[in-house]
Amino acid sequence: MIKLTINQKEHTVDASPDMPLLWVLRDIVGLTGTKFGCGMAQCGACTVHLNGEAVRSCVTLLSRAAGQQIVTIEGLSPDSTHPLQRAWLEEDVPQCGYCQSGQIMSAAVLLRENPHPSDADIDDAMSGNICRCGTYPRIRKAIHLAAKLQQEGGNK
Amino acid sequence: MAKLKTNKIIYLLLSVTAVSAVAVSSRTDAAGNKQPVVYHEPADGVAKDSVGSKKAFMAAYRVLMHPRCMNCHPSGEAPLQGDDSHVHTMGVKRGHDGKGMYALKCSNCHQPQNTPGLHMPPGNPNWHLPPADMKMVFQGKSPRELAAQLLNPELNGHKTTAQLIAHVTSDSLVLGGWNPGDGRTLPPLTHAEFAKQFKAWIDKGAFLPDK
Amino acid sequence: MTTSRRGFLKTGAMLGGSLIVSFVVPGAKRLAAMGLPGTDGAAAAVFTPNAYLSIGADDSIQVWLAHVEMGQGIWTTLTMLIAEELDADWEKIKIVHAPPGQPYVHTVYGLQITGGSSTTWSEFDRYRQAGATARTLLVDAAAKKFGVSPADCRTENGMVIAGDKKARYGELAAAAAALPPLTEPVQLRPPSEWKYIGKGVKRLDAPVKVNGQAKFGMDMQFPGLLTAVVAHPPVYGSKVKSFDDSKARQIQGVRNVVQIPTGVAVIADNFWAAKKGRAALQVSWETGPNVNIDSKAQLQEFKKLAATKGEKAAEKGDAASGLSKASKVLEAEFTFPYLAHTPMEPQNVTVKVENGKCEIWTGTQMPGNDQQVAAKILGFNPEQVSVHTTFLGGGFGRRANFASDFVAEAVNIAKASGQFIKMVWTREDDIHGAYYRPSFVHNVRVGVDGEGKPVAWLHNIAGQSIMAGTPFEPKEGVDGSSVEGVNDSPYLAAIPDHWVGLHSPRLQLPVLWYRSVGHTHTAMAMEGMIDELAHNAGKDPVEYRRMLLKDHPRHLAALNLAAEKSGWGQPLPAGRFRGVAVHESFLSYVAHVVELSVDEQGAIKIHRVVSAVDCGLAVNPDGVRAQIESGVNFGISTALYGEITLDKGVVRQSNFHDYRIARMNDTPTTIEVHIVNSTDKMGGVGEPGVPPVAPAIANAVFAATGKRLRDLPFCNTNLKA
Repeated sequence: MIKLTINQKEHTVDASPDMPLLWVLRDIVGLTGTKFGCGMAQCGACTVHLNGEAVRSCVTLLSRAAGQQIVTIEGLSPDSTHPLQRAWLEEDVPQCGYCQSGQIMSAAVLLRENPHPSDADIDDAMSGNICRCGTYPRIRKAIHLAAKLQQEGGNK
Repeated sequence: MAKLKTNKIIYLLLSVTAVSAVAVSSRTDAAGNKQPVVYHEPADGVAKDSVGSKKAFMAAYRVLMHPRCMNCHPSGEAPLQGDDSHVHTMGVKRGHDGKGMYALKCSNCHQPQNTPGLHMPPGNPNWHLPPADMKMVFQGKSPRELAAQLLNPELNGHKTTAQLIAHVTSDSLVLGGWNPGDGRTLPPLTHAEFAKQFKAWIDKGAFLPDK
Repeated sequence: MTTSRRGFLKTGAMLGGSLIVSFVVPGAKRLAAMGLPGTDGAAAAVFTPNAYLSIGADDSIQVWLAHVEMGQGIWTTLTMLIAEELDADWEKIKIVHAPPGQPYVHTVYGLQITGGSSTTWSEFDRYRQAGATARTLLVDAAAKKFGVSPADCRTENGMVIAGDKKARYGELAAAAAALPPLTEPVQLRPPSEWKYIGKGVKRLDAPVKVNGQAKFGMDMQFPGLLTAVVAHPPVYGSKVKSFDDSKARQIQGVRNVVQIPTGVAVIADNFWAAKKGRAALQVSWETGPNVNIDSKAQLQEFKKLAATKGEKAAEKGDAASGLSKASKVLEAEFTFPYLAHTPMEPQNVTVKVENGKCEIWTGTQMPGNDQQVAAKILGFNPEQVSVHTTFLGGGFGRRANFASDFVAEAVNIAKASGQFIKMVWTREDDIHGAYYRPSFVHNVRVGVDGEGKPVAWLHNIAGQSIMAGTPFEPKEGVDGSSVEGVNDSPYLAAIPDHWVGLHSPRLQLPVLWYRSVGHTHTAMAMEGMIDELAHNAGKDPVEYRRMLLKDHPRHLAALNLAAEKSGWGQPLPAGRFRGVAVHESFLSYVAHVVELSVDEQGAIKIHRVVSAVDCGLAVNPDGVRAQIESGVNFGISTALYGEITLDKGVVRQSNFHDYRIARMNDTPTTIEVHIVNSTDKMGGVGEPGVPPVAPAIANAVFAATGKRLRDLPFCNTNLKA
């Protein structure tokens, strides 16, 4: 039994310590918003926050996450009102939508560390997340918009 | 210019060591006073040997310039990947502390241990590049340039030669070069042999190769 | 208009129960009779005027989509078409993918399929008619209730209103359902009254795609569901000779190991256990005929083929003699590798077979075909198989397959094991899973006159037919999908002597359509060649095209708009260069102007793309822009990096580290999409953005370096100065 905190809720899971966090989240805890895309930290679809950092859960073992704070897309905000989520809706970013959980979780770390990112900063933060639909121009716009919303105290 | 000046200083210092067997640089402490720093203490009973020293460095240099070492000592702001030392995909950047930036911090993918499988992220608990203020570039450096840089406390993280030896001998990230994860080539020497050659270079006088 | 989307937050993509509905508009009440499967406790529908929508007493409106949402936006557009006529309260609308059924068969293609960039134009009338039929009956019911004439009633926001009398649709639903069915199509609203068409609404699926609630096939969960991971052979199509599963069965969580026609499946409590189990399997394979495929050698064979005359795809005059009379002949050979679709969601299928019924949940572009394939494997009638189409995590053609390979594999696992399984492919399974865009070679010889204008065009193409062995295989003549974009090229129409020929070598390796199908290669050959002709003639690439396309106003409109908006001809910052291409596909006309630089290492950096599209009426303009942006970035991946190679039958790529997809930093900061104000015939937008990308890049690289890129992907050509 391994304890971990997911979206501010304590969970005790019965899983092997070498199981990647992605499969703990999806197959054991039942949080399917975090996606499987490559299994080798190439695509970023599985990005979650581990103690605030945008880790690739497909290669992050349960043993590393034990006792730590995990936030998934389901826990980013209680009601989809995180500035990034609102900006994503405003810019109509998603297409197939499969990668967007990971995109948003990556962008959240960028905005926290750099509240006014430039286009170059966005490249530096977001190039680890593949979108096969190619929604990058809208992701970029939405991050700029979210920066504004955040500044306006939008993280309600 | 800067490089030339550095080399001169080192020559000067090396000539001092010939007399005192102790090289002294200086560094400024918190109070602003110049403090002498010992950075080269040859092993007891080892005679100066410029030919042997340079030869030992050339052996170590092959390791230093091997992708397992050089890939994290790039000339640019991005780490390198693979045996062809291509620029790391995903636009990964060094960041001020060498640990990556934003959503692309090294440890977001590089775990405390190697992830098993071909092309999986290799791991280390302290995976990082040299920090932005001490980049320790290996890529593109000649043996002479690299040796000079390694010895210069202003460029090597204020390390004494003893600390340099300790670094290459026991730093876990250096050792990681010999446990690189599935499918990656190993440096041309064993770690023990590399550490021995590196130490010999310093013990025999830390001479700079000719080129 | 303000569209609250709160009401869509809980919209699911699952359907329950099996529904086989025959197409009866109006009055298909069978849906209601069977009870509508609300996804979150919605009341049963009481009014089902047709197969595309139903209304419950609680005002809930369920919309049934004949096409599937894979990113292209039809979840929104089809619903919008109904709403345009229905005057519904948006908050009450729930959307679901339709099950396999006759009402949902494509209005043109004759089978239930989402593809060919055809959803909006093929459903434009049917979905508006569905909404209009419902409104007419609701108004009739209200008129009776109010004691007024239907002409005195108007509809607004889910209500029928006559003077001071009002009734909600839910209140009227039962009465409307009791009315005799309409026998004539209803008059649709004229464009002057459109509220949504041409203006658009925000994506209705976006809310669940930003909070993790959207359900893809991968997200299926129910008690008793196990995960299956399949050991596939290194050479596609090989058969299992023998296997040892003793170690696999020792892995904690592994429940079963079964042999299936395509490999050995490990069934476990979760994906990770199944994958570990697979790694512990020992399988020896009976290597099949694909072991002989060496893609490099094959390309050389195709080059030889393309240098000879193929089967006729287009002919006018005498191309050979035209060439001999021309003042100069330009020759070029264009080569194209195999490509994998790599949608972000790896293939997965959930199958539950129980009590003579089979339920399937998956993201699929052809649910009807999947139903048939599953039924055949199980020895069931199609009616015993339900297909629930989830959201698709990308399709790009890979999820529309007459073989239904992914569904077949999962059904075989369920059949062999007797268990409820979710088959999950790893990314490696996906990239090794065949059904590639085939490799092609184009051999082009063009004779020009003294002014550099083409007077003779001899063009032979070699590559596998994606239609061979499918219901779309032509009874006679060539496979049009291999030559589309060449044989019907506007450039060729004006050339007195031309020939287009095709060689379709038969190979065992399965191939498939890939976003923009034949145009993935034909646009490159045509627009690359035209650029070479322009250079030869000493003409500006846009000017030269304008001259040749003077009788093709829609090509011209797109070309001119892209040129204008990109500032074509105006100076650029040092080191930046432009390239242009214009191409028609799927009834739409797209021009791109690419602005790029090539650094001293030879790396291409694309800074800006300006696009213009003439798709006729743009029903949802922002959706059009989104699809062209998407096409540009998809085209960049394909042009710069896309390549599947085989050596002794083994695919050399395996995941995104060596099958590279363009990332944020590989793609332009700016993609501007301009829509031609057009009332011409409506076209598609999902695919037409892709074809002109590669040639526009190649033409800009020529401007930058003087080097012609003719071999895809471009990363293989050394551009180092």
